[in-house]
Amino acid sequence: MTTAASPTAPVLEVHGLVKHFPVRRGFLQRTVGHVKAVDGVDLFLEAGKTLGLVGESGCGKSTVGRLLLKLMEPDAGRILYQGTDISLFDRRAMAPIRKDMQIIFQDPFGSLNPRMTVGQTIEEGLRILGIKPGPERTGRVEELLGLVGIDPSAADRYPHEFSGGQRQRVGVARALSVEPTFVVCDEPVSALDVSIQAQIINLLKDLGSRLGLSYLFISHDLNVVGYISDTVAVMYLGHIMETAPADDLFDQPLHPYTQALLEAVPVPDPDRRTERKVLGGDVPSPFNPPPGCKFQGRCPLVEARCREHEIPFFDAGQDHRVRCWKVMDGRDGLSPNGIPDRGE
Amino acid sequence: MNPLLSIQNLHVSFRGRRTTARALEGVSYDVFPGETVCLVGESGCGKTVSALSILGILPVPPAEVTQGAILFEGRDLLSMDEDGLRDVRGNRIAMVFQEPMTSLNPVFTIGDQIGEALRAHRSMDEAAIHDRCASLLRDVGMPSPEQRLRDYPHQLSGGQRQRAMIAMALACDPALVIADEPTTALDVTIQVQILNLFRDLQNRKGLSLLYITHDLGVVAQIADRIYVMYAGVIAEHGRAHQIFHQPRHPYTQGLLASLPGRTRRGRPLHSIEGVVPDPAYKPQGCPFHPRCTLAEPACRSEFPDLCDWGDDHKARCPVLFQNSQAEASA
Repeated sequence: MTTAASPTAPVLEVHGLVKHFPVRRGFLQRTVGHVKAVDGVDLFLEAGKTLGLVGESGCGKSTVGRLLLKLMEPDAGRILYQGTDISLFDRRAMAPIRKDMQIIFQDPFGSLNPRMTVGQTIEEGLRILGIKPGPERTGRVEELLGLVGIDPSAADRYPHEFSGGQRQRVGVARALSVEPTFVVCDEPVSALDVSIQAQIINLLKDLGSRLGLSYLFISHDLNVVGYISDTVAVMYLGHIMETAPADDLFDQPLHPYTQALLEAVPVPDPDRRTERKVLGGDVPSPFNPPPGCKFQGRCPLVEARCREHEIPFFDAGQDHRVRCWKVMDGRDGLSPNGIPDRGE
Repeated sequence: MNPLLSIQNLHVSFRGRRTTARALEGVSYDVFPGETVCLVGESGCGKTVSALSILGILPVPPAEVTQGAILFEGRDLLSMDEDGLRDVRGNRIAMVFQEPMTSLNPVFTIGDQIGEALRAHRSMDEAAIHDRCASLLRDVGMPSPEQRLRDYPHQLSGGQRQRAMIAMALACDPALVIADEPTTALDVTIQVQILNLFRDLQNRKGLSLLYITHDLGVVAQIADRIYVMYAGVIAEHGRAHQIFHQPRHPYTQGLLASLPGRTRRGRPLHSIEGVVPDPAYKPQGCPFHPRCTLAEPACRSEFPDLCDWGDDHKARCPVLFQNSQAEASA
């Protein structure tokens, strides 16, 4: 790496990330449109911090995770990993960085190879990247199992012998085997029961601070994201709608979608059973979305200009950015140039 | 008031080739007319098994009801013959399942499927059935209902499919609707819509709702009374505010403390160590004792009684009960 990372330097900076999937139909397989899974995403992750990425199904959050790890090629945009633009790196150029970036998947049943012992699974990365010679690897596997709270003697057992929570621990050990600095956690606790979920969240949090990891934590669960994240980005139909430090986002959500999302989370307290403002409509399909604001179809504040113009990402305070001009109305001096006035 | 549904000391086992899994071990609960009862617990605790046994749709074998009674409107469903059950099922008791995509038949239109219960239980002509189906879809807040009747399940969104499922359940004006994780597969903004729909329907039609879920947030939003299940046993039951504000079982207390949330940031989450026991190899005594921080020697050998905390709040933990009595008398 050419630029040494200082403690406050971002691990990851993403500008204008785009990924469109063509949809082909008919005998000639003509492209009839695009699923705009990721449509201009900006993200910023500081070293040692956790960035939560929330959104409903189909909003493109998992695609973002895969693009950042270069498991898919982006159509446009820049991905700066510790200051180096990796968006155009090919397989070979990525090889030295691979060990720095890892992923933990949602489904602890589907993401472990049933024909490999958990020891072999954890060891695989070390072997392929040639990090440790054979004899040392066994010791490292045992150390990793201990780290995630599994008896090291279990290395010779197969995934089906473990419960869902233990399998997820194996998934964590596999990701950490190559000593990464940046880990994408894609819905890592969504398939787990509440009592087990807490164990895994604590484990991720604890390992994160001990090993100085930076996480991109992808989830649909606002309670989990609110608990674990330093910064939160809210995604809707391929766009980041709002991003802010976690406390700001939960205390002062600005975007109508963020507000609706927070409002919709059921509060585990029967005394707070208020009639909720309900967001009408359905989560729209990312196939050929409308021009203008992606949220226009469900937004209570929608106006003509929202349907016509792309909405810029406004600065609305300390590290607080929001993609909605309604909430920016009445804030003096914040409107960037070139933004049409209301009613234009 | 007599309960509409009363499950009494229900035991259900699944017989395997070598082992027998005891899915339910003496489960009892009541649903009164017009109330919402939540069965809450983690996967494998037996909440769905108890619901399936009410409707007589457990896979027998391997399942087997070994003991107990299920009284609905005063009649024991377990001793009823298949004709009698068919008369109750879909008519007096209806069920809404978790996965609207797999529980709707992909080759029939929504209209066909909602009308099915009416054709089976009511002598109505096709025109009347059509009108009734359309009005049911309107009732559940489906946009353009007439058109949706002709649609196939794949043409609807997840939320719309669940609305169609609810319309099916309501077709014959049942007294009891059993909903098994009806919002688990849905996004939160859609979940709110469905929860509000249940609440609204209940107010309008006065039906009883047995709502099964693992999500404590959802429970807090809709339950009148709650039964907390663990490993085939009712661990605790009471009114919603009792369970959430004064939980009297270490398992309930642990579950509530382990909920992540923004307000708990910076502190480690409480976690219940260990895992849910395999139903084929349940521990002796209290099924929760291997994970319980309060476990005493007696918990390992004796099955705990339900202790009465007053005002219909009961919990199966004698240790907490004796501790509080000792404090009260001290």
